[in-house]
Amino acid sequence: MTEIPTSRHSAFQVLTGLFSLPAGARIGIGPMIAAVILVVIVLAAVLAPLYVPYDPLSMDAMARLKPPSEAHLLGTDPYGRDTFSRVMTGGRVSLLIGIGAAVVSVAVGLMIGLVAGFFRVADGVIMRIMDSLMAIPAILLAIALVALNEPSLSSVIIAITVPEVPRVVRLVRSVVLSAREEPYVEAAIALGSSMPKILIQHLMPNTFAPLIVQGTYICASAILIEAILSFLGAGVSTEIPTWGNIMAEGRVYFQIKPGLIFWPGLLLSLCILSINLLGDTARDLLDPRMKKREG
Amino acid sequence: MFLYILKRVLATIPVMVIVAIFVFLLLRLTPGDPAAILAGDAATPAQLERIRDRLGLNDPLLTQFFTWMGQLLRGDLGVSLLSNTSVAGMLADRLGPTINIALMTIVISVAMAVPMGVIAAWRHRTWVDFLVMSFSVLGFSVPVFVIGYILIQIFAIDLRWVPVQGYKSPAEGFGAFFSRAILPSLTLATIYIALIARMTRASMLEVLGEDYIRTARAKGVRENVVLFRHALRNAAVPILTIIGTGFALLISGVVVTESVFNIPGIGRLTVDAILARDYPVIQAMILLTAGIYVFVNLLVDVSYSFFDPRIRY
Repeated sequence: MTEIPTSRHSAFQVLTGLFSLPAGARIGIGPMIAAVILVVIVLAAVLAPLYVPYDPLSMDAMARLKPPSEAHLLGTDPYGRDTFSRVMTGGRVSLLIGIGAAVVSVAVGLMIGLVAGFFRVADGVIMRIMDSLMAIPAILLAIALVALNEPSLSSVIIAITVPEVPRVVRLVRSVVLSAREEPYVEAAIALGSSMPKILIQHLMPNTFAPLIVQGTYICASAILIEAILSFLGAGVSTEIPTWGNIMAEGRVYFQIKPGLIFWPGLLLSLCILSINLLGDTARDLLDPRMKKREG
Repeated sequence: MFLYILKRVLATIPVMVIVAIFVFLLLRLTPGDPAAILAGDAATPAQLERIRDRLGLNDPLLTQFFTWMGQLLRGDLGVSLLSNTSVAGMLADRLGPTINIALMTIVISVAMAVPMGVIAAWRHRTWVDFLVMSFSVLGFSVPVFVIGYILIQIFAIDLRWVPVQGYKSPAEGFGAFFSRAILPSLTLATIYIALIARMTRASMLEVLGEDYIRTARAKGVRENVVLFRHALRNAAVPILTIIGTGFALLISGVVVTESVFNIPGIGRLTVDAILARDYPVIQAMILLTAGIYVFVNLLVDVSYSFFDPRIRY
């Protein structure tokens, strides 16, 4: 059994406790490789402006759809833009969307979930609304939300967040429901602690471990959904390169130049794969019971 | 049993009503004026006003909502703003290809994923297990359309076994249908297989550790009977659940896959409608897919007792 963080710890202790290994636990070679790949991709994306040979937006009518060469490592796109520069720079926005969507969904879901778990009156209504939101397919809801607003970075993040929130709410609510039966919470209530204090100091820390795991999965799926949104024409404007809209622009030229889809697709898949693997590892470390259940 | 089904059916009503309210608000409260789309750029303010009046967009929100709900309950899904034809008719025209591809996907997925998961659990911690799990993790990580393009590149462009894109209904010959439907179905099936195989493996691992499995083996029951009759049946409930909840993934996948393979189904219709802000079509589509999702999960819930007789209602 790993140590389950409880309200007796400070927030800092809880967070460091999450990352310390329980006795006897081993991190396999797979997650190690995943971590290395992820760090490389993130660094490559963040530092892209420092090393890419071309401005990802500068067009060159003389160099349209060129095959890979010394001048253009991965060739050029139909506007003569350097594919390598675009793919590396595109990672920045894709990762930003992934992290942004994860942080916003977790924060919003946490607040709603705490309320739903603690206040019986609100619970029924909130959970019915969440069930209904979950009945609408995520992609459909997201494209509807983007297409009906202005297609900006923040509207894409919001569109990805809305379908994810109900899952976070359910998770937080279930943790709160079981934690509120614990003696230390009952004691706090009996001692007359104020409602916000019980929620934030005693109940919230219990949700950190599962939320970190859930957050990594949301991050991975947000990067994937961004790509799909762009692909369907409902993503971030093409002036900001993202892995998704580079692939979307490459659609028409797929038979001549498959690299426009395969290179961003490869980086994106590697990235999501690593995040998911790390999420699985974190889940196994934080909650050994889940490991048994999900294999 | 009958009472339970009735209860479950009644429980879906509030969910669908909230979905309807949500869909209605989503489209009314976001910027973008359907009258302006309908009228075109050259319209005068007076013309715009007339169109708004005709569409009922000038009525109070609550009146609009109840008018719309009333129409829905009579089965009237409204008229498309763009093509000016009935939405119900449009859906009926486009439903065929989507249903055919979805059915083929489900058959392929279950037929492949369940044995994969069973074998992975049976040969736990061997290379077979590793292979199945790798496929499963990979299936979650590659975007649906990239899988589609990889399959097109290999089977349609390099090997020339099947056409690149397009759709023919089974009525035009099964071969013509099959050769065009197989790649989209495999594309869609990838993530579904990943999901089901993973859950099957996990559920089987748990069951295979039970005493009654040891008993069955000890009394000399053949291994495949142990696996597929004794173990799989007991492991079925979580697998069924994931098939049901994974249905949402399938619906989302349809939207993307139909765009990749140029299939005239409801997925393409939805994307086109959303990009053109064709409100009545969007509303109908979200309601329809949510309805299908709720219905499939209702079926799954009810079927539990068939697979696990301990569950009685």
